[in-house]
Amino acid sequence: MNLYAPPKLSRRAWRLFMRNFFVWRKLMASSITTHLIEPVVVMLGFGLGVGSLVDEVDGVPYLQYIAGGMAAYTVMFGASFEALYSAFTRMHVQRTWDAVLHTPMALDDVVAGEWLWAGIKSMAAGAAMLAVITALGFADYPSALLLFPVLLLGGLAFSALALACNACARGYELFSFYFTLFLTPMMFLSGAFFPTERMPEPLQIFSAFLPFRHLVDLARPLLAGGAPPSWALNIAVLALYTAGGLWLAAVLTRRRYNV
Amino acid sequence: MSAPPLSAERVRKYYGADAAVDDVSFSAAAGECAGILGPNGAGKSTLLNICLGVRRQDSGTVRLLGFGMPEDAMRARARAGVVPQKDMLDPDFTCAENLSMYARYFGAAAPPQKIAALLDFAGLSARNSTPIGHLSGGMQRRLALARALVNDPDIIFLDEPTTGLDPQARHLIWERLRNLREAGKTLLLTTHFMEEAERLCDRLLVMDGGRIIAEGAPENLVREYAEPEVVEVRGAGAKEWLDARPETAGRRENFGGLSYCHVQDAAPLLAELRGTAFQFIHRRANMEDVFLRLTGRGLRE
Repeated sequence: MNLYAPPKLSRRAWRLFMRNFFVWRKLMASSITTHLIEPVVVMLGFGLGVGSLVDEVDGVPYLQYIAGGMAAYTVMFGASFEALYSAFTRMHVQRTWDAVLHTPMALDDVVAGEWLWAGIKSMAAGAAMLAVITALGFADYPSALLLFPVLLLGGLAFSALALACNACARGYELFSFYFTLFLTPMMFLSGAFFPTERMPEPLQIFSAFLPFRHLVDLARPLLAGGAPPSWALNIAVLALYTAGGLWLAAVLTRRRYNV
Repeated sequence: MSAPPLSAERVRKYYGADAAVDDVSFSAAAGECAGILGPNGAGKSTLLNICLGVRRQDSGTVRLLGFGMPEDAMRARARAGVVPQKDMLDPDFTCAENLSMYARYFGAAAPPQKIAALLDFAGLSARNSTPIGHLSGGMQRRLALARALVNDPDIIFLDEPTTGLDPQARHLIWERLRNLREAGKTLLLTTHFMEEAERLCDRLLVMDGGRIIAEGAPENLVREYAEPEVVEVRGAGAKEWLDARPETAGRRENFGGLSYCHVQDAAPLLAELRGTAFQFIHRRANMEDVFLRLTGRGLRE
């Protein structure tokens, strides 16, 4: 196989997905609690804290303004954490990947299985956030239902990007850089907590290239009951990051495994 | 005669400029237990991974169960079993879950009776729902062996199956491997235990520096590469004393304060030694003598 060939997607990837799902199910009680408690804490903490300083942004209450960004943030961090720390533990520490590679599973199947798992799991976390947002009365249905495919696409994009980083890691240290140098700045530059129009123009242009920006641009209008103004562009950019990230993850993992 | 379950021809694998596997050709016949014997870093594990299609050789051909590797690795691995060096059990699951989850990687659900039978084979029936972390090293290795059997493989690869185990656990693994041979499975194992190689293997490949430097049945290798008897002599001035009688003392090696005398017939030397104050042991030559003669006494790591 050519090192740079696009990842070969096979249904076998679901076997690894199921392995991760079974582990999650064993710990479900505790993971569901955190899935539900975290968004409540974050929404209320942020909304009540910053919201008491800011009345309205773009004509809506602050808590409502950040709701879409919070759902997007949950997915981005959820997918990244799973595809970095958890996947690295399975790959390098537990050697689960090596054992799986002794069965009729290819390296691409393992990468794709982890990709699907982190993407779908993070969407579930985003859905929990959506439930809290709904309970607070900030979600307009039925358009908010479209958040599910949007959050899934966002989760798959960030899961793919994180797996590319995972393939280069020698230890957990690299991941702190990924979070502090990539994810956290992106979170502030993408209009999740304040409008991007408030930023200097060069940053606004830069922001247009960030995947998180496009996820936020989709999530906020859908929650408010409207169509995202540039939805086709937003989806195209996220799809591009997903495809590019997965390709990169496959190539870098093949290089790491010397296949 | 049908094609052997495993054959490798002129296989090479480089890590940078170093050859980990250097022009290796061998095959394993159906139903035999073949052993790859070599010091640490000889290239045994790399060779095993190439045979399984986990690593890709830089040149040469490998055929496993009739399939070209690594192109057809998915189909070949469906009928192969592996006991890896570090067990690689899944710490997130219990014993039984490890087996049923592993069966899923083959695309099949294992019925509970099959899981129970495998746990029984591994002597772990009572530990069905024990987490992996609570098992001793010997139990983990037995479970790894049971796991390699979930797909009822035709050939089983074992990478140092008894390294790090106590004698009890080692003998139990050996017994299980003999059961598998009697059941007609082809076994390929790597080891650096001479006793293991001599007891289990029909045929040995001695590997060093990425090459196969000798090949044959253990008793033939001993006959070919070592004199039949060994006398180990210890004591001040033993070396000089032996040097003075080269005919009776045979081929000598001096190492760690001991002189090893490799001889065709030890009787004359023993008769002379009885009149001295030297301590000595007389034994038959074994694979360890062959191995050390072929690979040298220098440390590898």
